[in-house]
Amino acid sequence: MAWILDHLPRILELSLAHLLLAAPAIAAAFLVAVPIAWAANRVRPLREIVVSGTGLLYAVPSLPLFIVLPIILGTGVRDTLNVIVALTIFGLALMVRSAADALDSVDGGVRLASTAVGYSAALRFFTVELPLAGPALLAGLRVVSVSTISLVSVSAVLGVQSLGSLFTDGFERGIVPSIVAGIAFTAVLALLLDLLLVAAGRLTMPWVKGGRR
Amino acid sequence: MNHVIDAFELLADPDAWGGPGGFGARTLEHLWYTALALLISAVIALPAGLVIGHTGRGRALAVISTGMVRALPTLGLITLAALFLGIGLTAPMIAFVVLAVPSIIAGAYAGVESVNPVTVDAAKAQGMSRWQVLTRVEIPLGLPLIIGGLRNAALQVVATATLAAYVGAGGLGRQLFLGLRTQDYAMMLAASIAVILLAIVLDASFEVTQRLLRRVPGLA
Repeated sequence: MAWILDHLPRILELSLAHLLLAAPAIAAAFLVAVPIAWAANRVRPLREIVVSGTGLLYAVPSLPLFIVLPIILGTGVRDTLNVIVALTIFGLALMVRSAADALDSVDGGVRLASTAVGYSAALRFFTVELPLAGPALLAGLRVVSVSTISLVSVSAVLGVQSLGSLFTDGFERGIVPSIVAGIAFTAVLALLLDLLLVAAGRLTMPWVKGGRR
Repeated sequence: MNHVIDAFELLADPDAWGGPGGFGARTLEHLWYTALALLISAVIALPAGLVIGHTGRGRALAVISTGMVRALPTLGLITLAALFLGIGLTAPMIAFVVLAVPSIIAGAYAGVESVNPVTVDAAKAQGMSRWQVLTRVEIPLGLPLIIGGLRNAALQVVATATLAAYVGAGGLGRQLFLGLRTQDYAMMLAASIAVILLAIVLDASFEVTQRLLRRVPGLA
């Protein structure tokens, strides 16, 4: 505990670095996954291919992906962009399926009714389908958020600064509290982001009552 | 693009595959770690998951532990275990088992729970004992999900086994970290490609197994 208090500024600095890697990846995964899921639902024969195909990306181990990606991106292994793109890919692997299922769960009758009262395809998507799929989309996003936060640490073995640096430093110098602090602060960060997402959900979807998903 | 060509040349070079520290031996080591971790985890997790699914007790605990493991940084777990247990295979093996057990438990109880309750009632009405209901009805019908749990666990372990080389264990991660420490990008790349291929082949073989099982009469 004394070690953690002594090194609190460093830990907080690393927490911020951690967040700056994870948050853009989580946001990008969400923003890319929803249109992909929407398109996959529209073109029915493609749905299974797109959904399983992106799901397969999750089978790719994270460390090798961090190393292979720079060839495609033209970045260095230690670039933050490299890490963010890799994390976005893992986020997509989880999010495309849950977004496709969420959008699919919107009642077909509601969809037909909104078309019948004159909604255009775009207006129907943003004002009918998206809000109705909202709670299920949020559930998917929360899973992506937690798993992204825990995945970031792996990039520390390549020398990218994050809470994972507490693991590599702690291991190399034999400091147990450093590793414990890394695990604890990763959990705290994941929890904070999760609470933030839940709060954002309450704010944007006030009609969803507590207890119902 | 030169690195890519170098990496593939390395993978095509028989000399790089032979020998005790070559790609061949490291791949086998990687697979051996995965198989051993999966076996230990299954011995612990399958009975637990089946009991949870059959009795419905302890379900909340299983759900929470699965969620917690998702949030647990694998690198932290491995380095922490390594500091306490020293360099070698014991520390990573403990980390593998901790990561694999919740997936297998989740698959097992979801498999048993997915069986239609009417079918279970019918089996009881025929006079089957609880043991018979579990082994002849619930396990065969829930098999695809039970294997799905093993599949998730296997992928988790293959990925984590790469990190195990960081704390002194073997496997394909050895080549990867060797390349990292000697600034040999081609070597890192070759090892990464090998791990990715291994993971995809493993995932695909589980997919094929699940599909084949679906064709066996009497299984779901």
